[in-house]
Amino acid sequence: MNKQNRRSFLKTVGLGAAATTAAAYAPFAIGGSSKKVVIVGGGMGGAVAAKYIRMMDKSIDVTLIESNKDYFTGFTSNLVVSGQRSLDEIKFGYDGLRGHGINVVIDKATNIDANAKSVKTAGGKTFNYDRCIVAPGIDFRYDRIDGYNEDVANTKITHAWKAGPQTVMLRDQVQSMKKGGTVIISAPPNPFRCSPGPYERVSQIAGYFKKHNPTAKILVLDDKEKFSKFGLFIGGWKKHYGYGTDNSMIEWVKGSAGGKIESVDVAGMTLSGEVDDYKGDVINIIPAQKAGNIAHVAGLTNASGWCPIEGKTFESTIHKNIHVIGDAAIQSPLPKSGYAANSEGKVCAAAIVAMLNGDKVPDPSYVNTCYSVIAPGDGISVAMVYAYKGGKIVKVKGSGGLTSGKFNAKLRGREEQYGYSWFDNITQDTFG
Amino acid sequence: MIRKTIIKSTLLVAAIALSVQSQAVPSAEALSYTCAGCHGTNGASTGDAIPSIAGLSSTYLVDAMKAYKNDERDPTIMNRIAKGYSEEQFELMGSFFEAQEVHKNRDQTFDVAKAAKGKKLHNKYCSKCHTDAGIVAEDDAGQLSGNAKLFLQYSLADFHDGTRSQEKKMKKKIKKMLKRDKEAFDLIVNYYVSGKK
Repeated sequence: MNKQNRRSFLKTVGLGAAATTAAAYAPFAIGGSSKKVVIVGGGMGGAVAAKYIRMMDKSIDVTLIESNKDYFTGFTSNLVVSGQRSLDEIKFGYDGLRGHGINVVIDKATNIDANAKSVKTAGGKTFNYDRCIVAPGIDFRYDRIDGYNEDVANTKITHAWKAGPQTVMLRDQVQSMKKGGTVIISAPPNPFRCSPGPYERVSQIAGYFKKHNPTAKILVLDDKEKFSKFGLFIGGWKKHYGYGTDNSMIEWVKGSAGGKIESVDVAGMTLSGEVDDYKGDVINIIPAQKAGNIAHVAGLTNASGWCPIEGKTFESTIHKNIHVIGDAAIQSPLPKSGYAANSEGKVCAAAIVAMLNGDKVPDPSYVNTCYSVIAPGDGISVAMVYAYKGGKIVKVKGSGGLTSGKFNAKLRGREEQYGYSWFDNITQDTFG
Repeated sequence: MIRKTIIKSTLLVAAIALSVQSQAVPSAEALSYTCAGCHGTNGASTGDAIPSIAGLSSTYLVDAMKAYKNDERDPTIMNRIAKGYSEEQFELMGSFFEAQEVHKNRDQTFDVAKAAKGKKLHNKYCSKCHTDAGIVAEDDAGQLSGNAKLFLQYSLADFHDGTRSQEKKMKKKIKKMLKRDKEAFDLIVNYYVSGKK
């Protein structure tokens, strides 16, 4: 095919697709005059689903219920901990979504009635829906570590795993720690939100110490034997923070070597594992996780504490007409990441638009991309393309994977910059 | 009746485009929406390193994706992503993004004096192929004016050191341009970032 032919050929395809869309959505809508979608949770998944439903079909009435008037992104919050970014730079409001004609309600969803198809809020309101999207993110299994609870997390020993005030508290604790002191980070068991996140946090704090408190130490007590981007992080820690030498700023203890934590003595600033006790000057506990609270209240979770879904529509396999996206869903092999939530939000949006219009649910396509910054000028990434095959979400063979293990300063520098652009664009795609 | 005919012809076209695929067949939209998390909604990037792909020539986008898939461009994340798609899927994405309006990122800073010099260089050495400061899809080239600053710098550096292949004519013109002014890359990048014609 020569160039000209191929171009006109493509234009025909585009035109055909546009015509189908218009024909399918306009005069043949079923279910009468209004089509209502209520979305519970305005994070990376819920917000982008709201926006894309409206982009695809303006006749659908979309209400987004979110308990906070601003959202702080989990990604890039480690750069707030290290002082590279301010909390304001990871803060996003909902005016952009209001501009798309979405009814944003700042209120707390307290119950979802799958039979009556309605959502109740703490503010005493009831919202009826034809389709509901539940995107509550995560909650913590505080009970897994004796002595740890929400009060402790808010006042002394942070998790800082939902960005916001605790992110700033952890930053201030790190920055005001005594010279040569020790920060302990307890890393959670799988599955959890943002699997490379704890190790980026370690890297960012190490970067801060290298400059401001060079004799300080970071002790990572891990529940696991290995972690995301393992080789790249270890390599980066060797390169930048002396990892593996007597002078290493970072020590990582895997689960089988005593990294599993059973209890915390808050007053004594001590963590106890199966074998050893560890005393820190600053402690950060990233606890084990489960789906956000409303998912449990609404009966959308199974014994794992997460929400089973069907991968083409993200409709709950427990309750009809309710879809669960983002970290709360059992979406494996998609990871619990902001980008995966973005991708899931769009797939779910397209499915709901089709279902509400009595149309065939379109075949989905999904992507994950994730950047971590190990040190200034040193960024790494992981990516994957996913397809829907045989009733399941599957990785596309040959696609994706990690930044090359062979260190290349030029490319690592570019990856850091791409990571910053990634932040600009995913937040714009979600809230803009 | 009309609707049926439209659907039939769409299916026919889609069937030709995706004749090799037997499994799920994601639409141009379904495929292209997955790009937006990194490249901005409908390909309009607001970052200074990741380029805009809105309004890009379909031919250019398909060629770029093929080059990434074959590891013929800088091995960053795009190589790994491109390996997840067929050429037919690249063409669907190409048709989607070509139909979008070109986006100029106006949030970037530039040096006014350098931009003025860069404009002269562009007009002399580049404008024959990159018309209207490089925002015309028919040129089958990447977007220049208003695109991400670092991306423009990276691209020029890669063309220059041979990491990325370029047309003979471009190589010649760049050589001439650098001979006239060794700061030429910096100057034309400032011009493109200005977003002006």
